[in-house]
Amino acid sequence: MSRLRLTGVSKRYGNFLAVDDIDLELQSGEFVSLLGPSGCGKTTTLRMIAGFVDPTLGTIEMDKQILSSPAGSVPPDRRQMSMIFQSYAIWPNMTVEQNVAFGLELRKIAKAEIKRRVGEMLEVVHMSHLADRYPAELSGGQQQRVALARAIVIRPSVLLLDEPLSNLDATLREEMRFEIRRLHDEFHVTTVYVTHDQAEAMVTSDRIAVMNHGRIEQVDNPRALYNKPKTRFVAGFIGRTNFIEGLSDGQQISFDGFALPRAAFERDVPSAGKAVFSVRPHSMRLSDTPPAARDGSASVGVVVLERAFLGEHWDYVVRPREGAVPLRVMTSPMDDIPVGASAWLEFEPRQMALIV
Amino acid sequence: MTDNSLDLRAVQFSGLAARIRRLDASILLWLALIAVLAFLILNPVLRLIVSSLQETDTGRFTLANYRTAYGSIRHLQSLLNSLELGVGVALLATCFAVPIAWAISRTDMPGKAFVRLMVFAAFVTPPYLGAIGWILLAGPNSGWLNKVWMALTGAGHGVFNIYSMTGLILVIAVTSFPYTFVFTSSALDLVSSEMEDAANILGARTLRTTLRITLPLVTPAIIGGIIISFLEAIALFGAPALIALPARFNVVSTQLWQFFEYPVRVEEAAAYSMPLLAITVLMFWLQRQILGRRGYTSVTGKGGERRMIALGPWRWVMLGYALLVCALSVFLPMLVLLQAAFAKAWGRGFSLDNLTLHNFYYLLFEQTQAKQTILNTFVYSAVTAFAAISLSLAIAYVVSRKLVPWSNVLAFLCVAPFVVPGIVLAIGFYAAYAPPPLALYGTATILILGFTTRFLPIAYTSSAAGLRSINPEMEEAVRILGGSRLLAIRKVLVPLLKKSLAGAWILVFIPATRELSSAIFLVGPNTRVISVMLFDLSEEGNFEVLSALGVILLVVTVAIAAIGSRMIGRDFMLRRNS
Repeated sequence: MSRLRLTGVSKRYGNFLAVDDIDLELQSGEFVSLLGPSGCGKTTTLRMIAGFVDPTLGTIEMDKQILSSPAGSVPPDRRQMSMIFQSYAIWPNMTVEQNVAFGLELRKIAKAEIKRRVGEMLEVVHMSHLADRYPAELSGGQQQRVALARAIVIRPSVLLLDEPLSNLDATLREEMRFEIRRLHDEFHVTTVYVTHDQAEAMVTSDRIAVMNHGRIEQVDNPRALYNKPKTRFVAGFIGRTNFIEGLSDGQQISFDGFALPRAAFERDVPSAGKAVFSVRPHSMRLSDTPPAARDGSASVGVVVLERAFLGEHWDYVVRPREGAVPLRVMTSPMDDIPVGASAWLEFEPRQMALIV
Repeated sequence: MTDNSLDLRAVQFSGLAARIRRLDASILLWLALIAVLAFLILNPVLRLIVSSLQETDTGRFTLANYRTAYGSIRHLQSLLNSLELGVGVALLATCFAVPIAWAISRTDMPGKAFVRLMVFAAFVTPPYLGAIGWILLAGPNSGWLNKVWMALTGAGHGVFNIYSMTGLILVIAVTSFPYTFVFTSSALDLVSSEMEDAANILGARTLRTTLRITLPLVTPAIIGGIIISFLEAIALFGAPALIALPARFNVVSTQLWQFFEYPVRVEEAAAYSMPLLAITVLMFWLQRQILGRRGYTSVTGKGGERRMIALGPWRWVMLGYALLVCALSVFLPMLVLLQAAFAKAWGRGFSLDNLTLHNFYYLLFEQTQAKQTILNTFVYSAVTAFAAISLSLAIAYVVSRKLVPWSNVLAFLCVAPFVVPGIVLAIGFYAAYAPPPLALYGTATILILGFTTRFLPIAYTSSAAGLRSINPEMEEAVRILGGSRLLAIRKVLVPLLKKSLAGAWILVFIPATRELSSAIFLVGPNTRVISVMLFDLSEEGNFEVLSALGVILLVVTVAIAAIGSRMIGRDFMLRRNS
């Protein structure tokens, strides 16, 4: 069952195309992140879903009902959604309790019922003891919890979050990531979450839509996104990676100093011409002795150019002995190979993602 | 050898001198500044309180002044009248200001720039000129509005009578609503759109969002505006004197003035001015109580864009309301003032044969005193602005760089005159410096000192705000390269502050040119200023010459404000005072 659906949505500001022909579909109860660098159009997309911005092209539907289209839009106050803002937008003139109760009061719910539900909600976000405080008397993390409670207590059809953790310090941010996911597991509200922090998106989301220059580059679950990036941008934005170029002749793919059989790759590599692969630094094995030949893997002799000890791992830069392009490799802290020494680098085709 | 010993002595000497200089310079500065502030602020207020408890001739302690001041029904009635006036003006000014501020700051109402300009025009119009405009508009029977009414309905007499409490409230409200407007709109400009978006997405429409979220968020600003217009109304002298006296009622300020009619009873005036001082202090205390522990400064992150609320057809309704307020405060009074200024007799209406330049000619060439008076006004105001800015800049510098201990006391003293009504301050100055030994009565000095004190808070807040915006590291960079503090001030600080100091200068200059409440008690025969002359002319009923003089005053102030805003950037007067 589809709940929220964006079809061919674009937003143009003058000559600037902020959002460029986006398609996205959310299942009921699904948590999807819009991830991308600043200016990629993710916040604009979110504000179009909320109804604060009208799309230039395309439609936004909810349960097959059109919410937004260039012809006209349902105003934000009639969408039954709720939103958490970058600044939290907690109203400083109301107590915590009044803030959380506001949405329920608008829904003309009986006083006693409001009190009960607000009480329950504050319990869930661990804020019951601060119900009578004013926002100015709360810490950043507590304000964030009030914002969450205020948004969830009305049981919205869709919950929208706009970089909600960007104003918190690092430790609190990590804690709140899990808190947001916990609340989602408890209430199963369909959620769209905007962030530029990949770790945030990976902790919270069922699926992540990576955006760049107003377009969605790839939508996938966090594991697939990391292991099987489809575009150069996605591979580079999520985690670190090496791009290596191979030449396909139908049977073999020849790389910078080594070759792998075409059949060993999961995705269909073109039978002729160039192909670019993304290889994560820790998905290659570096050793100071030639590894035993194994099926489906290949090794190449390399020279260590630079290295840095980072405690949890070594960070090596190596160059294939017959090649020109340096590669980054991550190894365990035990693998101690000095700069200038010869070593062997082992590639596994399953760990190499073909970039289109 | 001689050179060498000389060097040695120089070193010893400079070591000692340096220590003395370091010690003394700051203490001397501190003492000098506190002496100036004591002279300008503490002494007049203390003298006011002391003399209210003294016998006129002997100086012995007595409560008789209070008995006389409050012993008559008439005097008590004036107190009540002032309260009624203050409350009425505060409420009416809020009704004028808040909707317009909201429409300009948060909605897509058309014509915003024009409305803003008109509010600014109302701001620079002295209340007594507004009052005169309204006398011409709504004087019983002869006023323009009444004439129009009679012509339209064929009635035998008019319906409007400006000579009433309602009339007085209206006249003061239309000139004091810009305070509330400026406070409210600058607070609204700071409220992040996300605050409203958060209510929208939870299901609240524009009206509910505005009433439940937006306006409550700016309550402190609105309360601030209410308090300022209340205090302005009860301390004002000109407009009440022009309207209340012919209407045969008194308010505190006009009553105070009567104590200065021969024989001058300063002690009774001092006693009678105590409630004004007390109410002012009470108001500011009350403001802090009301605000309590609620936070009002919106907790802002990076925030989204500011979205203007689309009002649909209602935006024309808002514009209509804004234009109505502008008409009451600027269009109508200015129109009739201009007509009178260029008329042989204002009652003869708008016709070519009634047109004349004689009123201006009379003022500038025939009347002997007018030229001197006009010159006095602008010279005194300019000197006042320089004095207030220099003093407040020195103090703001000492305070912000913490050059002396307890520097906050200096800051407090600088803004203290804010809570002393101009009329009370003037009586204090009179009590302190008019009699010997200083015997400053009737001199330009006492006027300039009085004005400087009166406008010191404006000058101080501007200078302090300007200084705060400059990172001390700018100066420290000069010092570490070997420049002295004075060099740093001269080469870095003052050039950086040029704009904000020029803005502050204008902010002091303009109110100084129109100041009447304190001037009326401090002028002598040779130190008259325009505001006082306007007041005298109104007593003679010479509205044509009076209007011409008012036009001269307005044209010069507007010209200076215009040059200022050209130089400094628009809107320097409507920025948030911190």
